[in-house]
Amino acid sequence: MRKLKLVMVGNGMAGCRTLEELIKLAPDMYDITVFGAEPHPNYNRILLSPVLAGEMTVQDIILNDWDWYRDNGITLHTGKTVVTIDRSNRKVIADDGTEAEYDRLLLATGSTPFILPVPGKDLPGVIAYRDIKDTNEMIDAAAKYKHAVVIGAGLLGLEAANGLALRGMDVTVVHIGEWIMERQMDPTSARMLQKALEAKNMQFRLAASTSELIAGESGRVAAVKFKDGETIPADLVVMAAGIRPNTALAEKAGLHCNRGIVVNDTLQTYDPRIYAVGECANHRGTAYGLVAPLFEQAKVCANHLAMFGIGRYQGSVTSTKLKVTGIDLFSAGDFMGGEGTEEIVLHDPGMGIYKKVVIKENKIVGAVMYGDTADGAWYFQLMKDAQDVHDIRDHLLFGKSHLGDVGHKGANSAASLPDTAEVCGCNGVCKGTIVKAIKTQCLFTLDEVRKHTKASSSCGSCTGLVEQILASTVGGAYTPADSNNKAVCGCTDLSHGEVRKAIRDNKLLTIPQAMHFMEWKTPNGCASCRPALNYYLISTWPHEAQDDPQSRFINERAHANIQKDGTYSVVPRMLGGITTPDELRAIADAADKYKVPTVKVTGGQRIDLLGVKKEDLPLMWADFAKAGMVSGHAYGKSIRTVKTCVGAEHCRFGTQLSMSMGVKLEKMLFGMWSPHKVKLAVSGCPRNCAEAGIKDVGVIGVDSGYELYVAGNGGIKTEVAQFFAKVKTDEEVMEYSGAFLQLYREEGYYLERTVHYVQRVGLDYVKSKVVEDAANRRALHERLLFALQGYKDPWQERTEGALKRPYIPIAVVA
Amino acid sequence: MSTAVMDTAIDWKRVCTLDEIPVLGSRVVRGTKHGDIAIFRTSDDEVFALHDKCPHKGGPLSQGIVHGKTVTCPLHSWKIGLDSGEAVAPDVGCTRPFAAKLENGVVWLSA
Ligand code: SRM
Ligand SMILES: Cc1cc2nc3c(=O)[nH]c(=O)nc-3n(C[C@H](O)[C@H](O)[C@H](O)COP(=O)(O)OP(=O)(O)OC[C@H]3O[C@@H](n4cnc5c(N)ncnc54)[C@H](O)[C@@H]3O)c2cc1C
Ligand code: SF4
Ligand code: FES
Repeated sequence: MRKLKLVMVGNGMAGCRTLEELIKLAPDMYDITVFGAEPHPNYNRILLSPVLAGEMTVQDIILNDWDWYRDNGITLHTGKTVVTIDRSNRKVIADDGTEAEYDRLLLATGSTPFILPVPGKDLPGVIAYRDIKDTNEMIDAAAKYKHAVVIGAGLLGLEAANGLALRGMDVTVVHIGEWIMERQMDPTSARMLQKALEAKNMQFRLAASTSELIAGESGRVAAVKFKDGETIPADLVVMAAGIRPNTALAEKAGLHCNRGIVVNDTLQTYDPRIYAVGECANHRGTAYGLVAPLFEQAKVCANHLAMFGIGRYQGSVTSTKLKVTGIDLFSAGDFMGGEGTEEIVLHDPGMGIYKKVVIKENKIVGAVMYGDTADGAWYFQLMKDAQDVHDIRDHLLFGKSHLGDVGHKGANSAASLPDTAEVCGCNGVCKGTIVKAIKTQCLFTLDEVRKHTKASSSCGSCTGLVEQILASTVGGAYTPADSNNKAVCGCTDLSHGEVRKAIRDNKLLTIPQAMHFMEWKTPNGCASCRPALNYYLISTWPHEAQDDPQSRFINERAHANIQKDGTYSVVPRMLGGITTPDELRAIADAADKYKVPTVKVTGGQRIDLLGVKKEDLPLMWADFAKAGMVSGHAYGKSIRTVKTCVGAEHCRFGTQLSMSMGVKLEKMLFGMWSPHKVKLAVSGCPRNCAEAGIKDVGVIGVDSGYELYVAGNGGIKTEVAQFFAKVKTDEEVMEYSGAFLQLYREEGYYLERTVHYVQRVGLDYVKSKVVEDAANRRALHERLLFALQGYKDPWQERTEGALKRPYIPIAVVA
Repeated sequence: MSTAVMDTAIDWKRVCTLDEIPVLGSRVVRGTKHGDIAIFRTSDDEVFALHDKCPHKGGPLSQGIVHGKTVTCPLHSWKIGLDSGEAVAPDVGCTRPFAAKLENGVVWLSA
């Protein structure tokens, strides 16, 4: 087949990211030609600020070097500006006459700086701040001249001013607004920032409008004159008064433009052969000026160019950080507040800390923080996920760590951590390693950092910290992915919710069928998506979908926990934590017979035999089966334990028979697979000796019945269970708990524990489905019982026949 | 089949029939002079053999999840190429590959 021709105009960040994504998806579909007006390969424009500040060099910020274009067969024309698009003959023409034909054209022309239309704007020494050339000019000027004036106190203007001040110039920032960065900050935080910048040798003139730039004897700019007649000296004037989408070329070609080249959700312009991405594009009325949304556009555009046609760009929420070393500032969303909103403010002028969170209908709609921005990423995530914050309102401003994150208390300010501080305890990764990887490998997302450094890729408790490090290293370029829409893994662009829905709506029953239907990008997925798919299939279509052992993590495949030396641990079920002398004897005998090195009482009220050889597992299980003991599923995303206290059976305070209630629940749930593990506890009175307050379902006996609590978690991040319902009878406890767990099984995302599921959908929603709707509750409970019907003890099944085989190594006879 | 070496020059040992290894799964061959060797089967019925020891911390690769021509180690999720034994970037390391072949439904190993 003839390759299609793709031409790209504009060799910048959004365009090149689109090409990278496209090459990943369809490496051989297009012959690609790129025109770039600048004489450089694609570089990281964001990092011009550290270059100006002398913290990095131009060489450090190249994103795609010359080899990259060559290796990918891309024809690159640098230093050539495209001046005409000939749509009828489908070709573009550059200023030097170079032509290129296209089947698809991608416009990524970025923005042009807005230059104030004042007399003297064209004088030598008056520049904008946009590219390497401008940056070099500023560096040169700083070496020769004294006085610099920056017009505009937005992000760009302040970063320019900071760089010039660091290079020894006297810098005055002139701003028309009442306070600086008025598009990102409220007056209070802006004043705090201004004070800090003044301490870094920058002067400010607010509410000032420039009327003229005056030339000196040499013809170079020498002064800035204001409307009120005053003048100040200026050997260098940097215009940072805003940017305008660069649409000249598109307009000339007759493409519809309106503050940007107008594009649809697949980034196509009014001519469907022509796409536009980046700052030049206007999507649903917005032209973005930060890279995070542009990268999202790039992804969707590439997907469409590759003719996959499953991605849609639906707009982005953005947040801002200022990249001035030593200044901590974060802003997102509607930070000014106004009608219908409430503001929660913490202001400590002494410590230089200001935090404001704007809330509307119990959801965060904006935030601005100065001084301590450790929780910026967290607020931003809550905001993007539109999470109900009613319950955490009273300690919202004290931050995420205040909610009980074990392990990283006190060490939550990424910027202030030394490079040697260990960030990821699981993989032993320290801050310096992460920062270095972000800078040298040009990483922008959490996933990339995980891949390259392993940080946050295991237990995940340091994710927040890694996100902060990412945010403080790459500035506003970092956006946490919206956790509801995050793709399952690199094998698909679909999110967990979309995958669940497709499986339900189209009655998909096997993994190959599901992958085929959803156009998986890899032949058999990976170790992340296969277990998720397997769970979704069997939980959506019990008794119909095919369980695939090869898509289960080894523990679930082998029905035992793998240990670091490759042996396994065996935990027999002990319903409600209650055992008998006979069971204990069977355990002791097995421990002797199979030379078990360690026997331990677990935190789940039962006994763990650790260090069993794989080939002994079926033999040991056969012995247990004889003693009437079954698998404890200590290894599964499944029902684990129901802990109990002694309760009214013996205890002088007990109000309910907690042991027998626990046993009934554990029997009911035997064989239940779930998005993540599930733990219950039943206590006989509110003294709560079974610790029901941190369980997925906690049951507490009271004189008049039982109180039910849900969505607690005692693990990585301790979460207290929330009150769910008050019921009278044992049957009701079973029905309510069963219905709640079934709802979670049907709607939870793989590896999402009940606490995260309930946080995502809201406790009120869960109550409306289970507590308030009796018919639905019964239906859910019945679906659970149906799914669990006929479940056989997996251990006993594996004591003989073909199922035993995988446990036995093959001996080779010569 | 992953045999880079000439058939006649090596000493093949019969391991098992193909259907004794699950699709996208593995079996362990015990007692070779190189220790335990994991035999893998891919979705299109290719077979590969690797020393059953992850280059990271020695995890048993035979217990991992197989996808494409890669296995993900069960201990800390390194991905190891089945044909080369090389860890997939950004991880670095290599585990020893062995020649394996499939003939008339029978799996052979040279180790
Ligand atoms: C054996 C046991 C420790 C002990 O000796 O007491 C244990 C051992 C492991 N826990 Fe645990 N946990 C054990 C009770 C707990 C408890 C206490 C409890 O259940 O009451 C918790 C906190 C309660 C909770 O889960 O909410 C607990 C929270 C975790 C977590 C964090 C879960 C979270 O959502 O934050 C993990 C990691 C995970 O699941 O991803 C984990 C993971 C593990 C794993 C499976 C690690 C792994 O993936 O290999 C450990 C397996 C060791 C092995 O090879 O057997 N274990 N683990 C306990 C077994 C209980 C049982 O009888 O089934
Ligand atoms: C100093 C500075 C600091 C920044 N800091 C941040 C930050 O912290 N966080 C953040 O998210 N964003 C930041 N930005 C903004 C970010 O750099 C831009 O949003 C991003 O680069 C836009 O990408 P783009 O591909 O749309 O445009 P560009 O990267 O500008 O690329 C467009 C390219 O097209 C070329 N071009 C235009 N017309 C033609 C033509 N007709 N023919 C050939 N080539 C043409 C241009 O020369 C340019 O090279 C910063 C920008 C600057 C200047
Ligand atoms: S048993 Fe639990 S707490 Fe202990 S090391 Fe293993 S995972 Fe960590
Ligand atoms: S031992 Fe294999 S990944 Fe660590």
